[in-house]
Amino acid sequence: MKKLLLLGDEAFAQGALDAGISGAYGYPGTPSTEIIEYIQKNPLAVERNIHREWSTNEKTAVESALGMSYAGKRSIVTMKHVGLNVAADAFVNSAFTGANGGILVTVADDPSMHSSQNEQDSRFFAKFALIPALEPSNQQEAYEMAHYGLDFSEKYNLPVLVRFVTRLSHSRAGIERREVTDENTLKLPEDKAQFVLLPAISRRKYKGLLAKQDDLEKESENSPFNKYIDAKDKSMGIIACGLAYNYLMENYQDKECPYPILKISQYPLPRKMIEKISTECDTLLVLEDGAPVVEEMLKGYLACGLKIKGRLDGSLPRDGELNPNIVAKALGFKENELLNIPEVVTPRPPALCVGCPHIDSYKALNEALSTYEKGHVFSDIGCYTLGFLPPYQAINSCVDMGASITMAKGAADAGLYPSVAVIGDSTFTHSGMTGLLDCVLDKANVVIVILDNYVAAMTGGQDSSAFGRIEQICLGLGVAREHIRSVVPLPKNHEEMVKVFREELAYNGVSVIVPKRECVQTLAKKNRSGRA
Amino acid sequence: MKLDIILAGVGGQGILSIAAIIGTAALKNGYYLKQAEVHGMSQRGGDVQSHLRISDKPIHSDLIPMGECDMILSVEPMESLRYLPYLSPRGWLVTNSKPFVNIPNYPEMDSVIDEIKKIRNNININADDIAKELGAARSMNMVMLGAASAFMDIKVDELRTAIRDIFERKGDKVVDSNLKAFDAGLDFSNKNRA
Repeated sequence: MKKLLLLGDEAFAQGALDAGISGAYGYPGTPSTEIIEYIQKNPLAVERNIHREWSTNEKTAVESALGMSYAGKRSIVTMKHVGLNVAADAFVNSAFTGANGGILVTVADDPSMHSSQNEQDSRFFAKFALIPALEPSNQQEAYEMAHYGLDFSEKYNLPVLVRFVTRLSHSRAGIERREVTDENTLKLPEDKAQFVLLPAISRRKYKGLLAKQDDLEKESENSPFNKYIDAKDKSMGIIACGLAYNYLMENYQDKECPYPILKISQYPLPRKMIEKISTECDTLLVLEDGAPVVEEMLKGYLACGLKIKGRLDGSLPRDGELNPNIVAKALGFKENELLNIPEVVTPRPPALCVGCPHIDSYKALNEALSTYEKGHVFSDIGCYTLGFLPPYQAINSCVDMGASITMAKGAADAGLYPSVAVIGDSTFTHSGMTGLLDCVLDKANVVIVILDNYVAAMTGGQDSSAFGRIEQICLGLGVAREHIRSVVPLPKNHEEMVKVFREELAYNGVSVIVPKRECVQTLAKKNRSGRA
Repeated sequence: MKLDIILAGVGGQGILSIAAIIGTAALKNGYYLKQAEVHGMSQRGGDVQSHLRISDKPIHSDLIPMGECDMILSVEPMESLRYLPYLSPRGWLVTNSKPFVNIPNYPEMDSVIDEIKKIRNNININADDIAKELGAARSMNMVMLGAASAFMDIKVDELRTAIRDIFERKGDKVVDSNLKAFDAGLDFSNKNRA
């Protein structure tokens, strides 16, 4: 079969389709977005009418997939690493309910924070929830793991976490496909108590989950994705997890690695393989593209016994993604002499696009607030976070999805006036609505600015759950009709916008201002396709 | 055969279309390929790069090791310098000389060009002007690909075929103007190589 040239994300999406999923759920987030985008455009997905619309947030996505699993069908859920925090309640409890139809919770981590606010490692979550995890090291494995993971999920009646990192999600390679599997038919769980987590049932289910762990460990020992590669020099053994295996092998492109290697792409850790490498070798080097999850487990708190090198003893940097050079240094190779970056090279941070509606909103907001000292604007996750940078310097916070509204409320509760929140349309429906209800219930003195550009823009213009319904939502949550103000953020409307901002800043209560104009990127895309 | 290229530019300049053509040609010839891209926040006018690796043997790392890159192919002059630690001492730096100024403190052009000229194997070409002269202003990328093709271990005709394959659905006129831009870039490199 002809090889397909696919991103890691796309390879997994193709694998999931070929493995017979009936639904893909998720919320856009770099670097995970391309999984569902691929499925949305895929002819097989269209032909089978597989569910492929975006969810309102990661929690609703996991819960929907769990419902599909209850009904006996296969599904995947996709999100970025911080999305798993939002979905954590559903995710952790799904280990207790277990799965009926196969379910893969697919999380793309972002070591080095190319496009994220932190670099948390999702393998911690899998371990915490006692859920098995797969960590593909290349695009073909990403494809294969969709099949393997769904089978595995059904074999053990457990959700499986699949962990990506940016460099796999967004790197292309040739993929060989397998045959396409049929979808599952509708089939409810045999055990009618399976999805009912009443305490008495949960206690029983927890024992069952714990009892499965030994079997999961054995599966890891026999997994096609975990490999023990023996070698003569036992002065050091190398444990390489996920993508780190590639950076290791890059250093032995034209020669054999003299040390035994344990490649790990399936968790829980394969105990027997770990025991073998640690008894046979004098020291261990642990390579992980993320947090020192495995290293900490092996080392323990007291760090007695075998010498273990990795991120915790300085052999590798404590934070950031790995690369071939970092691994080369840990292996003791001489460093290449490198050219320097000349001093003339100036940072070129990302910026709001020319013509972006947020620019007009920030200019008006800045002017309306010019009579107050700085430090009154809480913001959120999206393109508009770039409003922190010059020339706008308009915002003072960016923490997590939806935090702008609730932080503005908390600051207002503390006596800060004015207290302003700036949040995007999609972020508002993702996690802002409940915070707005808090504001209404407490009659907080806040101005909430919902920047409505009709799409989830930062991730590339995906459909926004908020589209066309922001005012109705705010009304429904109890914001007074006369304090829900729509404006059109354009340079010619500057004076009018400043006036609206000033009026609402002066109002003692909850105000919502909705600047509405389409993202220039999606508009340009539409115009281009309209011409063709 | 091993060819490691860093494609560099500014978000929105379209470096990925260059990668797509080289990748198409490479796959057609049965080579292995890995190509790491930047998506997300940086695409909003920030610096972007793509690691393109082609080899006749399986490729491990998605990232090119520093000091071992065969070519930096940049559509913007200052951006060509940002990735110098990746370039091998024998590697080529092929860059567009036309700056993309979207920051207030863009350095003096002369100092940027001086730094480019310090690299032993460099090609510095005003691809924007050449594309405009050809009446194909949007084909700047193909001028750059043509200029770089002089130093690639891939046959020029195979790249031309890939250009045809990629632009076919947009019609003959688009194919022709892209091929013309490609040839103009190649011609420049052949005349100006040290």
